[in-house]
Amino acid sequence: MSKRKPYTRELPSDWWMKQLFYTKYMIREGSSVFITLYSLILAWGVLRLSQGEVAFNAWMHSLQSPPAIILHLIALVLALYHTITWFSLAPKAVDLWFKGKRLDDKVIVSGHYAAFIVVTVFCILIITL
Amino acid sequence: MSEQIIEIDILRYRPELDEKPFTQTFELPYQADMSILEALQYIKDHLDSTISFRWSCRMAICGSCGLMVSGVPKLGCKAFLRDYYPKKITLEPLDNFPIERDLVVVMDDFIKKLEEIKPYIIPVKNADGEARCLSDGAYQQTPEQMEKYKQFSMCINCGLCYAACPQYALDTKFTGPAALALLARYNRDNRDAGEAERMKIVNQEEGVWGCTFVGYCSVVCPKGVDPAAAIQLLKVESSKDYLINMFSPEGAIHE
Repeated sequence: MSKRKPYTRELPSDWWMKQLFYTKYMIREGSSVFITLYSLILAWGVLRLSQGEVAFNAWMHSLQSPPAIILHLIALVLALYHTITWFSLAPKAVDLWFKGKRLDDKVIVSGHYAAFIVVTVFCILIITL
Repeated sequence: MSEQIIEIDILRYRPELDEKPFTQTFELPYQADMSILEALQYIKDHLDSTISFRWSCRMAICGSCGLMVSGVPKLGCKAFLRDYYPKKITLEPLDNFPIERDLVVVMDDFIKKLEEIKPYIIPVKNADGEARCLSDGAYQQTPEQMEKYKQFSMCINCGLCYAACPQYALDTKFTGPAALALLARYNRDNRDAGEAERMKIVNQEEGVWGCTFVGYCSVVCPKGVDPAAAIQLLKVESSKDYLINMFSPEGAIHE
């Protein structure tokens, strides 16, 4: 008679707290909550803009409250964190071959940063000019 | 000079005696060049002969001695006491697999997944619909063509990546890192003509789309296979497949 009795361990609900790598991953995933909030506030602003100048100015004014500033700062930090970690993972999803060799990871990562800087400068120019 | 001692906690489970696993602590003489596997052999020879663990080659090629070393999936033969001393080491069977006994896990699900992805060259068919035959001569392959898949062919099926994968932990239906890397290895091989067949596996929710790119599988891989990269590249292929299907007049070309 078989004495086999395989034991299945339960996955603890705090599995992502036990390994720094998993914690960082969860922060990366969790950043989506704040980025969603940011996008909704921005979309709300577009709606207010369509309702006229008074409505839009009220929206602008509400953004200057301390909770709004704190929320936007958190969203900015998390968006940067997501961007940096995402760029560092980018080479894994890129399969470019040049003269029989795979493009170096560094080239792919720096390409992402270069594009990021170009787009940022372009956006700043549009906003300020 | 007094002998240096290192403590090792081992998660024990004896199915005929125990309802659930328990921890047993062992003390053994510390040696800087002793691997975790050698420490286990020392324990079995000198301290407790009832302890069970898998091993074979002692040189990181058979893939048998995978276990959790202080919470990280590692090969017992490739991790050394010096990397932990004077801290205590905890040894547990690989996460995300059922425990058969002590440090031995049930790997049946992993093996089943490796078989499912058709891990063999599916030959090109000629105009008459016949598969390429041995009498047609050897396959020709340039070093460049080999380079495209070589990295993904280095897997030793140790299962560390499955122990590192939270998606597999949450749902074992996920095909998982090693099996998908092996799938990529065959799809990227120019001698193979089975891509269309394998894309059906890739495109499923349990295929590449079960992966959320945690990336820890590639960190723990002892052979530098980078299964996370294999999966992301397959996601690109799967997306292309989806778009081509959407615009192709005949509908699904891979059906």
